[in-house]
Amino acid sequence: MNTKGEGRIHGSGLEKFFWAGVDVGASTTKAVVIDLEATMRGFHVQRSGVDYAGGSAACLEKALEKAGVSLESLSCVVSTGYGRYNVPMAKRIKTEISCHMKGCYHYFPHAATIVDIGGQDCKVIRVDEKGRRVAFRMNRKCAAGTGAFLEEVALRLGLDISQLDSLARRSTRKVQIGSYCTVFTSTEILTLIRKGEKVEDIVRGLFDSVVQRILEMDPLDGTIVLTGGVVEHNPVLAEALGERLKTNVFIPPHPQLTGAFGAALYGLEEDRAG
Amino acid sequence: MGLGQSSDRREFSATKKLKQVMAQHFQELDQAVKRGSPKVAWCTSVGPAELLRAMGFLVYFPENHGAVLGASRKAMDYIPVANALGYSPDICSYLTSDVGAYLRRETPLVQTYGISGVPKPDVLVYNTNQCRDVQDWFHFYGREFKVPVIGITSPRGVEEVTEAHVKDVARQMEGLVPTLEQVSGTKLDMDRLRHVVGLSRRCSDLWKEVLETASAVPSPWTFFDHTIHMGPAVVARGTQEAVDYYEILLKELQERVKNGVAAVEEERHRLYWEGMPIWGKLRDLANLFMRLHSCIVASTYCNSWIFTDFDPDDPFHSMAKAYTNIFICHAEGWKEDYIERIVNQFQIDGILFHDAKTCPNNSNSRYSMPQRLQKRLGIPCLVIHGDLNDLRCYSEEQAVTNIEAFVEQLEEN
Repeated sequence: MNTKGEGRIHGSGLEKFFWAGVDVGASTTKAVVIDLEATMRGFHVQRSGVDYAGGSAACLEKALEKAGVSLESLSCVVSTGYGRYNVPMAKRIKTEISCHMKGCYHYFPHAATIVDIGGQDCKVIRVDEKGRRVAFRMNRKCAAGTGAFLEEVALRLGLDISQLDSLARRSTRKVQIGSYCTVFTSTEILTLIRKGEKVEDIVRGLFDSVVQRILEMDPLDGTIVLTGGVVEHNPVLAEALGERLKTNVFIPPHPQLTGAFGAALYGLEEDRAG
Repeated sequence: MGLGQSSDRREFSATKKLKQVMAQHFQELDQAVKRGSPKVAWCTSVGPAELLRAMGFLVYFPENHGAVLGASRKAMDYIPVANALGYSPDICSYLTSDVGAYLRRETPLVQTYGISGVPKPDVLVYNTNQCRDVQDWFHFYGREFKVPVIGITSPRGVEEVTEAHVKDVARQMEGLVPTLEQVSGTKLDMDRLRHVVGLSRRCSDLWKEVLETASAVPSPWTFFDHTIHMGPAVVARGTQEAVDYYEILLKELQERVKNGVAAVEEERHRLYWEGMPIWGKLRDLANLFMRLHSCIVASTYCNSWIFTDFDPDDPFHSMAKAYTNIFICHAEGWKEDYIERIVNQFQIDGILFHDAKTCPNNSNSRYSMPQRLQKRLGIPCLVIHGDLNDLRCYSEEQAVTNIEAFVEQLEEN
């Protein structure tokens, strides 16, 4: 499958158009603008806040501005994410499960197991060599293994979420965090602090526990692609997962944008299909 | 089985008759309690109702009340009341809903059917063929009402129901008779039992036939319709009224099939629902699947009231066989064969497993069955986490995203 469509599009009349994807996630809203070659021309990320409709419009506007593209030049806006039904300019709506798959397959066009770690949930999506979804699973109703879990624990440790990745890299000792309940994990951490464990080892233990939660969802085999906002800001997670699986873990460019990018690709593909 | 929630689904003319049958069931019970006659037996929903009817009891089903509490969303008011009494949030939420409602002395039956309350029992009769929770549930009421609690302990997880299983259950059923005779004050009349078993068989055959109309493409009705129209098969089997009702419903369904009437406009996907309904979300889910042009055409749950083993010529043995030969009593391999047959019969494109937090016995996704079936049948399976009544265990956002993504998968492949 030639996802870039090279050599097929000249004269189609679509050259002057652009496509946008808007991913309204639990934590952040992402907007991406792509051209006919599926090249990302502009993007923007902002907190989702409480006004999804207004926020998604503002986010798209900023992405368009960065791309130097006018709203009128957009052929299609596709929305995704938890707030996908709150994007007024969306022509089509797709789940983030489909969009992350589409976005990842664009960069890694072969059979793969895609792991999307978002602010509120975690998904494992299996895709075949032709880019067709074979199966998917979402975490059970529990925040452990998600961005919300890391945010909660960072708060407990008095850390800024942006410090976690660099702290984990300074770890010298394995600390095990076993619970799959965020509240229980916080209690476990209190015990670790009392025992005198170093904060960097505790933080690395947190990432290892996120990896463990993912491994409990699916055996994870073949090519592993890690996507979503959490890995964008904490690439150490890919290393931790790779260490456990003894394999390379691939990350698409701007994994936080992969959902919005995949959404835009859906719009582009539809127009190409006519 | 529920009260029925309004939705975009196509209504049935038979619904008027359905409401009459259900109202009559509860009003007769109410009158019996007021008069002190006939006696009232509480029975588990897949229990020996025929024996009770044959001995002159009117039969009340607490599980039906549990479903009513779930469908009316009252369950969420009552479950915490039972939790506070030591009935864990992890056990059957029919039990906790029902016990909580009892402790609050409330029931939606009063408003819906104009009765004075849940009819008090003279005896409680359980069958553990579904789970152990029903036994503990009935013992709670035995202590409250100080009436006998008797029951049957059924084999579980069997590959095949053998003659030894059936003989054991039949003996246990016969063993109930002396207590029932004592409570009712009447001797068991075997001719009457044969008659009641015959009516149950007829009801069951009709229920099977109406469910099988959903094998038509497009299907004339959906799982969400089934859950409402199953009421008489649950609470009134063994009566002429239930038989009459399903004859009316069957005609209407056959008419729909003849005219190509679709329950879901532009039906594109045909699905199987494995596990309990999410009673408090029936309307929302029915609308969601309608929007997705996907029709749930068959389910384990609604099929569970098909008892093809009833034989009026051999009532005890056949009742024992019918109530032991149900899906839930079997091992994984048998269940997978069963689902495969239904998938083929109904031309099903995908299977949804509802993992109900408080109902492990009716949640078949916990021992890797979805993965095995997906491989074996070549169709996708999805697991939704929720519960029959406890909506604290259900995340609407996650469920909707999962279901939409599942349908997207069906469309793209």
